Amino acid sequence: MQLGYFTERPYRWVPEDEVLRNQAYFAVSNRFFDRQKGADDYNYYLDENCYAEELGFDAVALNEHHGTPFCMGSVMNVEAAILARITSKVKIVLVGNPLPVIKHPLRMAEELAEIDLISRGRLVAGWVRGAGSEQFFNNANPAYNREMFNEAHDFIIQAWTRPGPWRYEGKHFSYRHVNPWALPYQKPYPPMWIPGVLSLETVQWCAEHRYPYVGLGTAIGPTCDLWDFYADQAQQLGYQAGPENFGYLVPTFLAETEERAQELGKGFAYGGGQSAFSRPEHTLPPGYNSKEAIRRLAKAPGGSWLGVSADKLRQGAQGRGETENYDEVRKKLIAAYQRAQEGYQILVGTPKSVLPKIKTLMQVLRPGIFVAFNVQGQVSNQDRMTSMRLFAQEVMPALRDYAKEIGLLDPIERAPGSVKVCAGTSRLPVVDRSPLAALGLK
Amino acid sequence: MPKWNEETVRTGGVDLVTIKGGSGKPLLILHDELGYAGWMTWNERLAEQRTLLIPLQPGYTRTPRVEWIRGYRDLGAFYARMLRELRLDPIDVIGFSAGGFIAAEMAAADPKIFRRMVLVAPMGIKPEKGEILDFLALTIRTHLRATVADTVNTAEFAKIYGGEMTPEQFEAFEDARTETARLGWDPFMHDPSLPYRLEGVGIPTLLVWGSRDGVVPRDCIDRYKAALSGAQVAQIEDVGHRPEIENSPEFVRVVKNFLSA
Repeated sequence: MQLGYFTERPYRWVPEDEVLRNQAYFAVSNRFFDRQKGADDYNYYLDENCYAEELGFDAVALNEHHGTPFCMGSVMNVEAAILARITSKVKIVLVGNPLPVIKHPLRMAEELAEIDLISRGRLVAGWVRGAGSEQFFNNANPAYNREMFNEAHDFIIQAWTRPGPWRYEGKHFSYRHVNPWALPYQKPYPPMWIPGVLSLETVQWCAEHRYPYVGLGTAIGPTCDLWDFYADQAQQLGYQAGPENFGYLVPTFLAETEERAQELGKGFAYGGGQSAFSRPEHTLPPGYNSKEAIRRLAKAPGGSWLGVSADKLRQGAQGRGETENYDEVRKKLIAAYQRAQEGYQILVGTPKSVLPKIKTLMQVLRPGIFVAFNVQGQVSNQDRMTSMRLFAQEVMPALRDYAKEIGLLDPIERAPGSVKVCAGTSRLPVVDRSPLAALGLK
Repeated sequence: MPKWNEETVRTGGVDLVTIKGGSGKPLLILHDELGYAGWMTWNERLAEQRTLLIPLQPGYTRTPRVEWIRGYRDLGAFYARMLRELRLDPIDVIGFSAGGFIAAEMAAADPKIFRRMVLVAPMGIKPEKGEILDFLALTIRTHLRATVADTVNTAEFAKIYGGEMTPEQFEAFEDARTETARLGWDPFMHDPSLPYRLEGVGIPTLLVWGSRDGVVPRDCIDRYKAALSGAQVAQIEDVGHRPEIENSPEFVRVVKNFLSA
């Protein structure tokens, strides 16, 4: 089992009212950015990742978002390059580089090769399509998002494996001279883990490429359905999916007492939390989603979908209110925070109360990769590090034992896609739904 | 007798769904970026003297997407091929908003393709003053509301958007937005060379614009007028981006006057 550490590197100093007034993190004006505090935070978050290594996490995961105080990692490869040098053991997992948004796969191939070389083979590359808002921020045509993702990915694999120089003329990218001098340290190239929020198309693509799919705090029931979908696809492709094909990242915050954990854990709901990542018009740009996904949305316009809460969709339908009672909004957010805990989508408490919950997640979802996502909001460095320490010292050892007990092999221990299935035989289960009914989950 | 019917016109290997209605000399109608809005009063009035041909743009649900069409100039070439194959050119045309952009591209490529050209609040030229509304960064509902100045008292607006959408309508609007993004994302709904390519095109042109247009600023009209020497401007007061439904009588009057000249 791979146990990873992740933080969005939140900018913690933006007034919550500004996020609430904007009804999202994306598009909050950068006039609220304080350069001194930003400098402190970038350095702190690098130190925090070093601390994760010191504590014994197997991996530190980085991500990238643009134009938002939700996540300061707007150029993740810069942080990854620094970590490559200042850490020595931990895997550096990118979840992931938004290929259609960056629009320069040759440069990406070079950057990642350098990071892998500097780290002497500790890079795990990951790719994403980029959230809807990233398409606006980077002026990336959302109608070509999936095409550009696929083409950029295929190009990078070629750039790392096909001796140059050669010429490339694709649909979205063209290069006269492909011959990146620096190639990745790992042969033929770094492993790739693909994060996602339940897009069927992405899961299918992962199954086809035998890449582990990492669910980003997705609801347990739909995640089980998706794991089954992956495994069905895998079977058709001739292999048995297993824990090595799956990862799960979930908000996790620990403190010495339940009361303190619950109070500080509210940071996950700060400003509206993940469901306030961006407003519907930015989350769902034209053409970003497949026709099938649009059909699903059309039929369930009142429901929560792809990271847009039902409330947000209604706001999109009705237009933005002029005035808001933010105390009322905060009450709703805290209620949502409690519900998310009941649904195991946010884990908050002491090691004693959180450990059995993670074990349940491990039993149900059987991931070979588990990543703890540290708290958002205005939580001090000290409290963030306390949570990390409690996780590493009081939860992680038991998780490792449990993973061994139930056979959760990770993608390093067993290559995804390496277990063949015989034609005509039914595949093995990849999830265990048996505990869900008793927990009131489905 | 139905006032209009639907035909499929095979063009370049594509089944182009086309609304056809009325009688008289053919008149090509190029719908806007949100798609064909349905047969309205203005269609009815113009169909009294003309046969309206309204192709439903490729990618807009009914006509399949055509992958090689990657911009408005390509789309103009596609429609030009349709006119050639149907032996309809030279023809009169009305282009609405992005449909005006398409018509202008066709005119720039072939100054003989149109007899007379009506461009209603056309996109296609970047304004120097003001901006074309970035409707791709809006929800479909917000975009729809921005297209008329008075959403409450414009009866035919309710035919386009009555406050709720069926799943089919939602999907059709999303298809329209997707195709518009595919063709017009960058540069956004204009082509920097279009004003230069239009210079010297002698097609008699009427530019129609509502004084409260919140989508296309007046400067787009002025820049078209500068590029197409001799173009006339009909400004319709107190209406927005859809003068054809916000003040149908005036819209029909100015268009009929111009086309019958």
